[in-house]
Amino acid sequence: MKILVTVKEVGEAADDFEIEGLDVGERFLEYDLNEWDDYAIEAGVQLAEEFDDVEVVSATIGPERSEETIRMALAKGVDRAVRVWDDDVAAADLDVAAKTRLLAAVVEEEEPDLVLSGVQANDDNFGATGVSLADEVGFEWAAVVNHLEMAEDFSTASLHRELEGGIEELTEVDLPAVLTIQTGLNEPRYASLRGIRQAQSKEIAPKTLADLGLDASAVESPIERTAMYEPESESDATYFEGDADEQAARLADVLREKGVVGR
Amino acid sequence: MKPEPVTDGGEAEGDVLAVAEHRRGDLRDVSFEAITAGRQLADDLGGELHIAVIAGNVDGFAETLNREGVDTIHTVDAGEEFNHDLYAGAVESLFEEVEPAALLAPNSVNGLDYAPAVANALDLPYVADAVDFAYDGGFEATREMYGSKVETTVAVSEEPFAVTVRGGEWPGAEGAGDAAVEPFEYEFDGDAAGSRVVGFEEVAGGDVDIAEAEFLVSIGRGIEEEENLELIQELVEVTGATLSSSRPIVDNGWLPKNRQVGQSGKQVTPDVYLAIGISGAVQHVAGMKGAETIVAVNTDPNAPIFDIADYGVVGDLFDVVPALISEFK
Repeated sequence: MKILVTVKEVGEAADDFEIEGLDVGERFLEYDLNEWDDYAIEAGVQLAEEFDDVEVVSATIGPERSEETIRMALAKGVDRAVRVWDDDVAAADLDVAAKTRLLAAVVEEEEPDLVLSGVQANDDNFGATGVSLADEVGFEWAAVVNHLEMAEDFSTASLHRELEGGIEELTEVDLPAVLTIQTGLNEPRYASLRGIRQAQSKEIAPKTLADLGLDASAVESPIERTAMYEPESESDATYFEGDADEQAARLADVLREKGVVGR
Repeated sequence: MKPEPVTDGGEAEGDVLAVAEHRRGDLRDVSFEAITAGRQLADDLGGELHIAVIAGNVDGFAETLNREGVDTIHTVDAGEEFNHDLYAGAVESLFEEVEPAALLAPNSVNGLDYAPAVANALDLPYVADAVDFAYDGGFEATREMYGSKVETTVAVSEEPFAVTVRGGEWPGAEGAGDAAVEPFEYEFDGDAAGSRVVGFEEVAGGDVDIAEAEFLVSIGRGIEEEENLELIQELVEVTGATLSSSRPIVDNGWLPKNRQVGQSGKQVTPDVYLAIGISGAVQHVAGMKGAETIVAVNTDPNAPIFDIADYGVVGDLFDVVPALISEFK
């Protein structure tokens, strides 16, 4: 059995940042593993621990810098990694369809039984690539999965989808499938020292568009970012000034005025 | 006798097809918001607004969806509840029938489960989670990035396109309409589908119902470590408050799911909501904006929680909370 986990390196903007052109300035961005993908990695690794002969492969669209993040996935138990990048990809503004085409080419090459993908990425927050990929490669799918049980023979997965308002949908999905993983599905492990050491010798295979049988047209997109700006603060809050004791005293006054303390 | 499928003679250029959503017999608010957003877009495009309602009591739903601004409601009488194979297939078929310039769907959990597949199958440019949009010769949507720290606009240079809209950003459509209701025939074999919905489960109520509380002390990522919960517990005890939290605290297993406030947790309406170390992600705000008074304690003065707070404390919770405990001890 093979599980493919899509792993994205995402930029997180510092508390104090500046926008330069159409993005947050590079020096204000810290790169990290996408939070949702961390849960997807853990789900894949747990399945590999639970079942015999399961290989977990990660797929990333990202520059060389992202190998640091990929090593983190490898240190957590992913067996090997594929990283897609070249000059055409670097120059493109990748929309969902372009990412779908790139990842579909990886799926066709790897032929996984199961693809796990974070529900969304906390940089651009589209929440679409996993389901779009499933449609492209003809897999079944389920979005926003927060509970997962795999059949012994990897033929079906029983899962919960987390709906709004504290309700979960119980669904059964045939494999092969793409599942988009919600946070809270499991408890992502920290990479152990041993894992980090082992990760150094694991393979990260670089792939260009040509390697995947694609050309520059695969990353053309009809969607273009035209502006980025800091939203105007809508705050009309009354702020409590002073040191912590003074702030706390004012806050206590409000709670007493509202009559909520001591009920 | 089965009704004939709708045909519109190809007059549909500039039209918008919006998809309604329901669960367990009730239309969801996002359906009426989709009507408002869809009408806005159809006006800009100079076309008509078509609403699709799929599965369940579609005739009853169609009556409720018949609000001002809706031109045609397409009812797809197949299945009882949401199933993405049904939704994706029916929307694709309807899209090919109506030939709209835009497909619009709620950016809900179920929206996430079919809209990207429809967009891919129909080769539509896809813009997710729009908080605003405009059409002036071309479509441009406003979105958020980097955890709501920035807004962006994205332009789409092809038509037709697909857009999903964030809940709560457009008002729900009101007023009676005079839409045509057109049954749309779509064959769906639920048994043959590759995914099957087998039931629903409510997140356990547990010992405390935070929805009933008058004073909620709610904590987020800012508390950093599980051990720091003790400090908050002490505040809860001296003030007689009820403890709730944002999603990461529950994801970490530090509090049970029944304490979670937000879109996927509970909606709360306390007299006072004291948000401690909560940044105010949109999914969280969806669950607590109905609080009468919102007080926020956060180190980041730009945290979105301050946009909806009545009172703000810009400071370190590890200084402010102990001081607050002393006030009531």
